[in-house]
Amino acid sequence: MNAIFDALSWFGESGQWSGPDGIPSRLAEHLWYSLLAFLITVAIALPLGLLLGHVRHGRLAGVVGFVVMASANAARALPTLGLLILAVVLTSAGDLVPILIPLVILAVPPVLVNTYAGVQQVEPGLRDAAEGMGMTGVQVALRLEAPVALPLILLGLRTAAIQIISTATLAAYVGLGGFGRYIMDGYARQEYDQMAGGAILVAVLAVLVQLLFALLRRFVVSPGVRLQTGS
Amino acid sequence: MITFEGVSKRYPDGTVAVDHLDLEIPAGRITVLVGPSGCGKTTTLRMINRMVDATDGTITVDGRNVRDVDPPTLRRGIGYVIQQAGLFPHRTIVDNIATVPLLLGRNKKEARTHALELMERVGLDAALAKRYPVQLSGGQQQRVGVARALAADPPILLMDEPFSAVDPVVRTGLQDEFLRLQDEVEKTIVFVTHDIDEAVKLGHRIAVFQVGGKLAQYASPDELLAAPANAFVRDFLGGDKGIRRLRFTQELEAEDDASGQTADTVADKAADR
Amino acid sequence: MSPLAAGDDGEPLIRWEWISNNLTDDIAEALREHLILSFTPVLLGFLVSLPLGLACARWKRLYQPTLAITSILYALPAIALFVILIAFTGLTYTTVVVPLTLYTLSVLVPGVVDGLAAVPDHVRQAATAMGFGPLRRLLQVELPIALPVVMAGLRVATVSNISLVSVGAIMGLGGLGQLFTTGLQRDFPTPIVVGVVLVILLALLSDLILLGIQRAFTPWERAGGTRRRKTADQAALPGGGAA
Repeated sequence: MNAIFDALSWFGESGQWSGPDGIPSRLAEHLWYSLLAFLITVAIALPLGLLLGHVRHGRLAGVVGFVVMASANAARALPTLGLLILAVVLTSAGDLVPILIPLVILAVPPVLVNTYAGVQQVEPGLRDAAEGMGMTGVQVALRLEAPVALPLILLGLRTAAIQIISTATLAAYVGLGGFGRYIMDGYARQEYDQMAGGAILVAVLAVLVQLLFALLRRFVVSPGVRLQTGS
Repeated sequence: MITFEGVSKRYPDGTVAVDHLDLEIPAGRITVLVGPSGCGKTTTLRMINRMVDATDGTITVDGRNVRDVDPPTLRRGIGYVIQQAGLFPHRTIVDNIATVPLLLGRNKKEARTHALELMERVGLDAALAKRYPVQLSGGQQQRVGVARALAADPPILLMDEPFSAVDPVVRTGLQDEFLRLQDEVEKTIVFVTHDIDEAVKLGHRIAVFQVGGKLAQYASPDELLAAPANAFVRDFLGGDKGIRRLRFTQELEAEDDASGQTADTVADKAADR
Repeated sequence: MSPLAAGDDGEPLIRWEWISNNLTDDIAEALREHLILSFTPVLLGFLVSLPLGLACARWKRLYQPTLAITSILYALPAIALFVILIAFTGLTYTTVVVPLTLYTLSVLVPGVVDGLAAVPDHVRQAATAMGFGPLRRLLQVELPIALPVVMAGLRVATVSNISLVSVGAIMGLGGLGQLFTTGLQRDFPTPIVVGVVLVILLALLSDLILLGIQRAFTPWERAGGTRRRKTADQAALPGGGAA
């Protein structure tokens, strides 16, 4: 228990809040890696999920469904640390790009699957009604499907964001910056207060992102849809 | 015989579902509780097997106050059929039918053999025994529901809109077979419906409920059609025009019965497939 | 044995001699540790989430707060939890087992509640009307019907745990993850590839075994394809824990 109090006093030490090893610059690094990976993920997975979600008939629909679901399961099985280390060993340490590849590989499936499922779960009857009222394909997608699929899409984005922030912590193990730096350096120097300080920072960041998405859900999702899908 | 003496059901929010009900339900006959939604007919039915407990009054089954029997024991001795059949999705048809006998601790093999006999009795092909409920049509599921309720050979059967969820052709077939079955088994049946045609067709006695949980009239179908007790009952029967129509149908049914097996039964079986 | 691919210094992706030299000691030991570290939390999590889920299903008021707590837990990075726990449990298996048990809970408690909620009301009513007491109804009717959803949660938790254990390697407690750190320290891809492949295989195999168990216990789920509801895999999408 004392160790935790030590960690808390670590936050008050001088030099903790400035300089290249200070919390603000580590935060900036962490956010930078995360944001970059998140944007690439969204750019790949969101359009793909929206597109594949529209394949609803015939054998192709079965194949697409299976592949999308399998990708989610496979992503859960992939050991993040192993992929990171492999990417670095195969290229050179300290570079950002080899780190981004595993981050994106791990984050794409949750966005893809949830977007896909969100579009698929729009009832055919609703789509019929929209078309029957004279909506065009684009109008159906934007005014009906997107709002109805939104809760699941947000869930996918949240899962991906959390996943990325966690994995970005591990990037410090292969020589990058971010909050993980404190954990790795603290471990190397046997300074528990620094390790615990880093762990607390990452945990707080993750919880804040989680809350951000909860707020987003409250403001962006129509109450009618929210009430239907519960919680 | 089932009796209600001054039975009321009030909910904590003040709603009165059943209001001072006195009713005598004869043994070995079909008694239909009919009325619009919210009239307390289902609550009345469910008070018999204590799915709902009455607030006031006494309900007796063959002279025993239902309050003196613990609910599971009471219920195992009373068959119950509901609209969605309530079949267990995780059990085969034969095991669904054998549910209550097994609860009563009967031998598993005998219970299954008996279940197969019951399937035949309610007009189900024995080949369906090993299937699961999802693999059956709505009409077939209702037959399983009836077979399951009969499995422990309870003297009383409670039926809550059992045929409402199936299409009209199948419904007619199920009603006809139900009447034929009742001729064989002579159970004390309490049957809830909102459909006056069904009430007149099946009921030996009909209890018409009106909103607020009041019993408006309790009579045989003939008496009911001949002398509706009040304006509500007359309206519920569909006015003079409705009464004439119901009488006409009643006469047709009587002729059908006289001419023996109905063609409906065959049609229903075909529709069930 | 031609190299499968080359790193920047011409080192092959896999050196088969290393595998045969280290199979019985390092690799087998890492695998054993990995199995213990990933399945203990699954078992513990299952044992705790069953009563917890039942309680949440019974007293609906408990569910929202429980869900809020589990969703926060799920967001916490494993490495952060490992580090914080060191203060209490030191560098022991417990440090890995506790966080993974919490992740298992965060997947399984909603699984149990959703599974029970999926029991149709008319089925529950019919069971009561036929004279099932509350306990018998739970054991013979509600839990069997909830089983597919619960099992889907169990599969997600198991697979996530197997992959998350390797993160513990950063503190020397990572089962097969130990092979990753060995590879990094020696700038040598073979152990890393072996570790990644074994983790994936282990996850896949466990998933298949659990699926087999689920199928064996729920024959009705395969009957008649017409009215199949969407599989529980979808319900359990968020998955457990993040690295």
